[in-house]
Amino acid sequence: MSLQNPESRQPVLSVDNLTVRFNGAPANVVDGVSFSVQAGKTLAIVGESGCGKSVTSMALMGLLPATATVTASASRLLDEPLLGMPAERLLDVRGNRMAMIFQEPMTSLNPVFTIGEQIAESVMRHQGLARKAAMQRALQMLEHVRVPDARQRLDAYPHELSGGMRQRVMIAMALANDPKLIIADEPTTALDVTIQAQILALVSALQAQTGTSMILITHDLGVVAEVADEVMVMYAGQVVESGSVKTLFDDPQHPYTIGLMGSMPSIGPRQGRLATINGRVPTPAEMPSGCRFAGRCPFAISACREARPALLEVTEGHFAACIRAPLEQHLGASA
Amino acid sequence: MTLPEASLNPAPGLQGPILQSIAVSKHFSSETGLLQRKKPPVQAVNNVSLAVRRGETLALVGESGSGKSTLGRVLLNLLAPTAGDVIYEGRNLGNLSPQALRQVRRDLQIIFQDPFASLNPRMSVEAIVGEPIWLHRDTNRSARQDQVAELLRTVGLAPEHGSRYPHEFSGGQRQRIGIARALASEPRLILGDEPVSALDVSVQAQVVNLLEDLKHQFGLTLVIVAHGLAVIRHMSDRVAVMYLGEIVELAPVDALFETPFHPYTQALMAAIPVSHPDLRHSRPVLGGDMPSPSNPPSGCRFHTRCPHARPLCREVKPPLGTAEGERQVACHYWREVANAGAGSLRVPTPSAAYSQRLNLFESYQALSLEG
Repeated sequence: MSLQNPESRQPVLSVDNLTVRFNGAPANVVDGVSFSVQAGKTLAIVGESGCGKSVTSMALMGLLPATATVTASASRLLDEPLLGMPAERLLDVRGNRMAMIFQEPMTSLNPVFTIGEQIAESVMRHQGLARKAAMQRALQMLEHVRVPDARQRLDAYPHELSGGMRQRVMIAMALANDPKLIIADEPTTALDVTIQAQILALVSALQAQTGTSMILITHDLGVVAEVADEVMVMYAGQVVESGSVKTLFDDPQHPYTIGLMGSMPSIGPRQGRLATINGRVPTPAEMPSGCRFAGRCPFAISACREARPALLEVTEGHFAACIRAPLEQHLGASA
Repeated sequence: MTLPEASLNPAPGLQGPILQSIAVSKHFSSETGLLQRKKPPVQAVNNVSLAVRRGETLALVGESGSGKSTLGRVLLNLLAPTAGDVIYEGRNLGNLSPQALRQVRRDLQIIFQDPFASLNPRMSVEAIVGEPIWLHRDTNRSARQDQVAELLRTVGLAPEHGSRYPHEFSGGQRQRIGIARALASEPRLILGDEPVSALDVSVQAQVVNLLEDLKHQFGLTLVIVAHGLAVIRHMSDRVAVMYLGEIVELAPVDALFETPFHPYTQALMAAIPVSHPDLRHSRPVLGGDMPSPSNPPSGCRFHTRCPHARPLCREVKPPLGTAEGERQVACHYWREVANAGAGSLRVPTPSAAYSQRLNLFESYQALSLEG
């Protein structure tokens, strides 16, 4: 940690006890999630389908439909409260201070406008530039994300670009207004491995240049190992473990984190069968009242099913929501 | 190359390959209207010769547009090749009678990538899994029901699931249904076309383990088409790396991952995300995108992106030739490139705490499954 004055240590984003429930749903899809993102850092939110990681990001961006009820006991983006912000103000903030990169660039770019028009649109909206200056900015951004022949690509339509190029355009669009926070929802999941490496390298380089903070939503622990500073593991709408990326990889505490890491095949020589996590994520209708992972956890005892385990600090900055952690102490190191 | 001679041998010996392609190409040409200019055909697979050995797991790896799925479908006779032959057990699939082809289709089955799109939503699980039995074997309804129940148990589903419909299942369970259907005709070879890439990590591990168990249980040969390199390393015996419709390298899995010869294989290996934050490093990143398969580059198709390309590469296509041992590589300069060291993988040593807890996890899970 470099020496910084206390003011710049203020997190760019902090959320306390975020809860999202869809009308008529029997359980919260995001349930009491708290986190903060420091300036220039990357927080990875990890989890499998249905864990609430995407809903969390949509809630922050104010992109959930009216059928969703979003509450939090506190939320701040820089110097202002985020959730519950007036709709007018949100339009100014979104795409400006806070921008989003979506998973599928084909469906999130507008097929009937050129790349240049789409980048320029948000520049004109937020920086008040004239069309010509905005197009100039768009060109600059395309060069910034290393799109070859950027000048020609300004007039290209999304379908004329490859997946990797489209994702670069998405990143250019997100960065066009120098946001303080970028939320990237599975930014490389739809891409091939060599293109993924290009995009990850690009994102880290840009982040080092601009000092933007990032929330990276992913299911891929490899991507986490590659770019994250902090990690938050979610399961069924709740945080089960969080900490620095190194701590999570070296000292995973929650059985779900351990099982998830064990089910990733190694790129090294084969080491027997893969670990698996039995069963599947509970649907909202069958959400257990105690620990939501208890039904799949090999270590579950009756106390796990009775009360929701608190997210407790194991070591400094490392939190886990498991009453059986650390496992070896509870079970004895015999097994 | 000895492939053409092998194909002339009509009696399949047990040593011969179970399935092979000989100089197979598949080009897709688009229909053109009266006034439209004729577009060049998409050369999805170009002159590929590949032998699948009995009982092995062979992986076809490549990025989107590399032709790996098309090659898989040509091998299974789901697509007719534009040129070349596919030989199954010494018989050329191109000139079999319809009856003989039906028998072959029993033997060669496929599992699709997307379990949401590949199961008919209006058929019950019992009908989906029972259809191949009904089609290929002369059995009555109750015998069929017994067989379906047995198949569902084999893939880890409850026989009661037979009366339900696909939408009632999760992705992993649907993939199990797809596997049960593939098994129903008692195949000898199963092609998995990205069988686990649509699944979550923990479910992916379940399906990978299931496929391996079934392979041993039924003595299957597996051909896995995939882009996930970690899954490939875990599952396969040999790997064929494809680029723009051609095989650029073919090698046993450990040799390929430890010392990749072809510059494209090296780039693939270098692009795998690290598996531990301590191993982060800056590395050469392959630039550019794959060229269009309807207008592939001259000479070596990889030369436009290859960091080692020389004038010869632009002019002369390197053949897939034998390198060391049973390895094959299609690169003029593989001897020099192989020593460039661009592709060495960094494999972490898991921390003691993690290893211990993972051991606990697995042993307790085994206990809970027994109990």
